[in-house]
Amino acid sequence: MATDGRMFWRLILKLTISIDKMIAHAIFFYTFSIIAVVSAIMVTASKNTVHSVFFLILDFISISCLFIMIGAEFLGMIMLIVYVGAVAVLFLFVVMMLNVAQQKNQWFAGQATSKHIPVGLIISTLIFFEIIIVIGGWKYKPEIFDINNSLASTSVSNTHSLGQVLYTDYIHVFQISGMILLVAMVGAIVLTFRQRSGVKKQSYIKQISRERSEGVEVLEVQSNKGVKIDD
Amino acid sequence: MEYLSIVFQEVYKILFLLVPVLVSVAMIVWLDRRVWAFVQKRQGPNVVGPFGLLQSLADALKYIFKEIIIPSSSNKVIFILAPIVTMTLALIAWAVIPFSATQVLADINVGILYLFAVSSLGVYGIIMGGWASNSKYPFLGAIRSAAQMVSYEVSIGVIIINVLLCVGSLNLNDIVIAQQNMWFVIPLFPMFVIFFISALAETNRPPFDLPEAEAELVAGYQTEYSGMMYAMFWLGEYANILLMCAMGAILFLGGWMSPIDVYPFILVPGAIWLILKILLLFILFALVKAIVPRYRYDQLMRLGWKVFLPLSLIWVVLTASYLFYFNLLPVN
Repeated sequence: MATDGRMFWRLILKLTISIDKMIAHAIFFYTFSIIAVVSAIMVTASKNTVHSVFFLILDFISISCLFIMIGAEFLGMIMLIVYVGAVAVLFLFVVMMLNVAQQKNQWFAGQATSKHIPVGLIISTLIFFEIIIVIGGWKYKPEIFDINNSLASTSVSNTHSLGQVLYTDYIHVFQISGMILLVAMVGAIVLTFRQRSGVKKQSYIKQISRERSEGVEVLEVQSNKGVKIDD
Repeated sequence: MEYLSIVFQEVYKILFLLVPVLVSVAMIVWLDRRVWAFVQKRQGPNVVGPFGLLQSLADALKYIFKEIIIPSSSNKVIFILAPIVTMTLALIAWAVIPFSATQVLADINVGILYLFAVSSLGVYGIIMGGWASNSKYPFLGAIRSAAQMVSYEVSIGVIIINVLLCVGSLNLNDIVIAQQNMWFVIPLFPMFVIFFISALAETNRPPFDLPEAEAELVAGYQTEYSGMMYAMFWLGEYANILLMCAMGAILFLGGWMSPIDVYPFILVPGAIWLILKILLLFILFALVKAIVPRYRYDQLMRLGWKVFLPLSLIWVVLTASYLFYFNLLPVN
């Protein structure tokens, strides 16, 4: 009887260990994905624009957690650095500076709403069909996505395998996308750049290379006449 | 059940790391004030405890018993979240700092990226605090810090690329081990200087403390905070400074490695060496605070974008070509 009891408890222990691991994985996955979905909804649902940006940040963070969970730790970290650390900061910066809340209230109140609904509907249907096509293709022809190539070897780290693909097979695509970004950046700067006249600027070289003879002049001042200084 | 015991072990390890970090943050505040005072021929805090060592404890006690005031027109949730975010982000980054080859909480593949990501998230605590206060001075401070921290992050990122070119791995332990023959501070000395100055700007230390410039902005983003919430901002800030020092020690000063590979020095545990290096960098931080006047805002932006970024980018090209020409690129 006693040995049976021990066997039973050992079995329970084994079961709990395996279930624990599975449950832990599931718990983490569902926590992050629920946070991601809810915050994505809240981005559009919340009336305060700054709150929307904060929800967007929460969304980015939970998605990068999901990336880390599937073993793509490099992508997850880059997501954090680029999107949360830089892009969202600029978003927040702009949203805080602009008085968007007022404009938004006007949209909700006036007839302007009707103008935006069809555009939003068209874009969202387009995105919906794109997702359908991607998932459908994945479901029926898994070989076109070539998952085996990217995730098969676990001996090489994530970063290494990404670099090996990115800088060999796809080097031209990679360089061209970088060039497009550069052109976009230069274009944005050129479009917004205004040369204002009459702005005082500090020239460091001019300051450092100033000599005493240029800056100081000793004058003999006669009483009751003064000196004329041309500025 | 076994899973739970693993979880408890991890919690125990985390506590074993976090409690010393928090205590050393309190001590480092004392050290900062002390160094600052000595440079100005003052005594600094020397009344509470031996050499004034318990000053931070007394301050903390004072903060705890002060009333927390939440402005009525503030955005309350974000106002309360802001110091918590600052504090949490400053502490979670310590998870990847290696204290020796084995003493590390999470020895992850992308350790340096994690450190960089967490330090770049630090700006949110400040922006949230400044915006949620719904008041002019905090908002100006927050806007300034957002621009400042984003600018200097860029040059820190490029400097990290410099180091990574010499290492060939993103793991922090690999970075330390790669410096076995020579610390990176010797071949990459200009990068070390730029990293140090960028770290000053990234942690809002003088001479780049524009977000909380007391002469113009009262206390910047912290103006509306009081009591324990203010103390949390303060602790988070110093924990971030310590973290930046640790990052500098790992990237350039050989982390937990002993400076010379001879008999009596090897016996000293790695954690002690790391702490000594962090302290060295921190004393430099404190000295800079005492001797350098505050930068003007346009000068700050010019330094970040027009001096540091091009310099570090050129250095990336130089390092890469040197390593490539002499066939020294780390391949594994």
